[in-house]
Amino acid sequence: MSENNNIIKLENITKTYVMGENKLDALKGISYTIKRGAMIAIMGPSGSGKSTLMNVIGCLDKPTSGTYYLENELVSKLDKNRLAGIRNKRIGFVFQNFNLLARTSALENVELPLVYSNVSAKETRERAQKALQQVGLKGREDHKTNQLSGGEKQRVAIARALVNHPSLILADEPTGNLDTKTGIDIMEVFKSLHEKSGITVVLVTHDPEVTVYAEKVIHLRDGLIENEKRRET
Amino acid sequence: MKILRTIKVALKALGRNKMRTFLTALGIIIGVGAVIAMVSIGQGAKEEVEARFSEMGTNLLFVRPGSRQFRGRHGGGGSYDTLTEEDAKALVENSDLIQYVSPNVNTRTQVIYANKNWNTSIYGVGHHYPLIRNWEIDEGVFFSESQVRSGQKVCVLGSEVNNNLFEGMYSIGQVIRIKKIPFRVIGTMKSKGASGWFSQDDVIFIPYTTAQTRLVGIDHVQSIDVSAVNGKVTAEAQEHIEEILRIRHKIAPGAEDDFNVRDMADIQEGASEATQVLTILLGGIASISLLVGGIGIMNIMLVSVTERIREIGVRMSVGARERDILLQFLIEAIVLSLMGGLLGIVLGVGSSRLISQFAGMETSVSMGSILLAFLFAGSVGIFFGFYPARKASKLDPIDALRYE
Repeated sequence: MSENNNIIKLENITKTYVMGENKLDALKGISYTIKRGAMIAIMGPSGSGKSTLMNVIGCLDKPTSGTYYLENELVSKLDKNRLAGIRNKRIGFVFQNFNLLARTSALENVELPLVYSNVSAKETRERAQKALQQVGLKGREDHKTNQLSGGEKQRVAIARALVNHPSLILADEPTGNLDTKTGIDIMEVFKSLHEKSGITVVLVTHDPEVTVYAEKVIHLRDGLIENEKRRET
Repeated sequence: MKILRTIKVALKALGRNKMRTFLTALGIIIGVGAVIAMVSIGQGAKEEVEARFSEMGTNLLFVRPGSRQFRGRHGGGGSYDTLTEEDAKALVENSDLIQYVSPNVNTRTQVIYANKNWNTSIYGVGHHYPLIRNWEIDEGVFFSESQVRSGQKVCVLGSEVNNNLFEGMYSIGQVIRIKKIPFRVIGTMKSKGASGWFSQDDVIFIPYTTAQTRLVGIDHVQSIDVSAVNGKVTAEAQEHIEEILRIRHKIAPGAEDDFNVRDMADIQEGASEATQVLTILLGGIASISLLVGGIGIMNIMLVSVTERIREIGVRMSVGARERDILLQFLIEAIVLSLMGGLLGIVLGVGSSRLISQFAGMETSVSMGSILLAFLFAGSVGIFFGFYPARKASKLDPIDALRYE
C-alpha cells in the first residue's frame, strides 16, 4: 500500500460551529484523498462548506471530528503553534483579496514566510527575488503593493506562497477580484508552476473558467461531497 | 523570528505613521525629561548642602550637655549644666587630636545703636572661634585671649547686623548697647550667606566670659565647639572627648553620659537625608507623568492592533506563531518607549541646564538618574505593551483574515 503518494487524506471530517444555542454543521463528514502533484478544484455554492474545508486543509482551523493526514502526518490533533509551523513550511496560500501587507514592497511581502522560518537574511532576499522572477515580476521588487495592479498583486501573493517551497498551494478564489484576461494569466501561472515543479494545487472557486485548469473537480453541497468529476483534457 | 529582524519590522511599522509615533512617544519624552530634571534639582540641592558643610570644615565636633534625668523624668537635651570652660581647656590639653576649642554661651536679645535697634543672636564664644569655623574677619580684629579672660565688653558684628545698625557707616570703634550694656565694636565678619531660612550673618560675637557674667548669668557653658587636627581623625577625637569628659565629670563605667558629642559628618548626614527625601519626592511626582505616558502607549498600541488585524492574519497564515506576533508588538512598544526615553534624556539634561542658568538653582544630572529613567521607560514599554501584544497574538487567523 503506497500511502506515501497521498498528500492529503481526509477521513470523515466534520466541522460544527456553535453560536449560542444554534449549531451549524458546515462539514458533515468529508472523506477524500488527494494524490501528490494533483491540481484539483473544489466547487460549490456559497454555504456549501468549501471555505471551511479549505481552512481545515490549510491548517488554519481544526476539524470538530475526523482525522486529517498531511503528507502522512496526523495534523488534525496538533496545537496552534505546531499548525503555524505546518502552514509556514508546507502550505502556500493565495487569497481572493491578495492579503498583502499595505505600504510594503513586493519583495518584503514575499520574504514574509521566510521571516518566520530559520532562514538567514541573505538567503531570504535571494529566495524572494527568485520567487518574484518565477511569477514574472522581475524588476518590480521595490514597488509598494499599492503601486501594483490587481494581476501583479496576485503574482506577488503567488510568489509569497511559493517562496518556502511548500508541497501544497491553496488558492481561494484566486481570480475572484480580477478581470477575465488577468484571471486567465494568473491561472496560467498556476498551471506552469504545477507542470514545471509538480506542486500540488487546490483551487477553491465557483468560477467554471477556473475549473478548466483542474484535473479533477469536487462539488460540495451542504457540507458533503456531491460528486467528483475527472476532467478530460 | 530573530530579535534583530523583529526590531527592524517594528521600526518600519513605527515609521509608517511618524506623527502618531512622535505624539505617543511624547508622553514618555516628557516623563523621562521631568524625572531627570526634577532629580537633578534634588541632587543639586544635596550637593550644595554638602558643599556648605565642607566649607564649614569637616573636622568640626560639637559637645552639648545631655538630657538630665530627675526621679525618672528626662529633661530636654542640654538640660545638664555640667559643661564648663575648664572642660574645654582640658580637651585641648589632654588630646593631641584636638586643635582648637571654643566654649559657647548664646542668647538672643535686642541691640541698640543710636536711634536704630535690631533683635539678633548673641554668640558668646572663645577667641579661636573664627579658626574653628573657617570664618574670616572683614574689618578690624576678633577679640584676643586676654580680652576673653578678662571678660571685656567688646563685640564683633556679623555682616547683616553691621548693615542693619550702621547702614554702610564705619562701625569699628563705635559703641552699641546689648541689653543696655555698652559694647565696643572691634571687628566685623565676612558674609557667610544664608543656610536655609536663617542667615548665618545675623549674629554678634562677644567673649563667652562676658556673656556668662553680663548677659546670661550662668557659670557653666552651653556647648563647646571643637576642631580636630584634620577631618580624618574626627571619630578618634570624639572618643578622646568622651573619655576626658567622663573622667572630669566622674561618670561611673556603664552610667549614662551627661553630654553628647556629634561630629560634622553626623549633622551633614541629617541634612543630606533631608535633601534626599526632596529628591525622592520630586522624582516620584515626575514619574507619575511617565506612568501617564505609558498609558498613552498602551492606548495607541491597542488602536494599532485593531488597525492591523488583517496584517496579523496574513502573518499568521504564512506561519507566524503566537509568540512571534506577541514579540512583534511588544518590541514595537519597547522601541517606542526607549526612543521616547532617549529624547527624554536630552530634554531632561537640557532643561536642568536651563533651570540652573535662569532660575539660579544648583542642578546636578547624575548618570544614575539617566540610567534609571531610561530603564524605567523601557519597563513602562514592556508593561503597557504587553496587554495589546497579547491581544494581537491571541487572534484567530481565520477571523483576522476576514476582518474588514
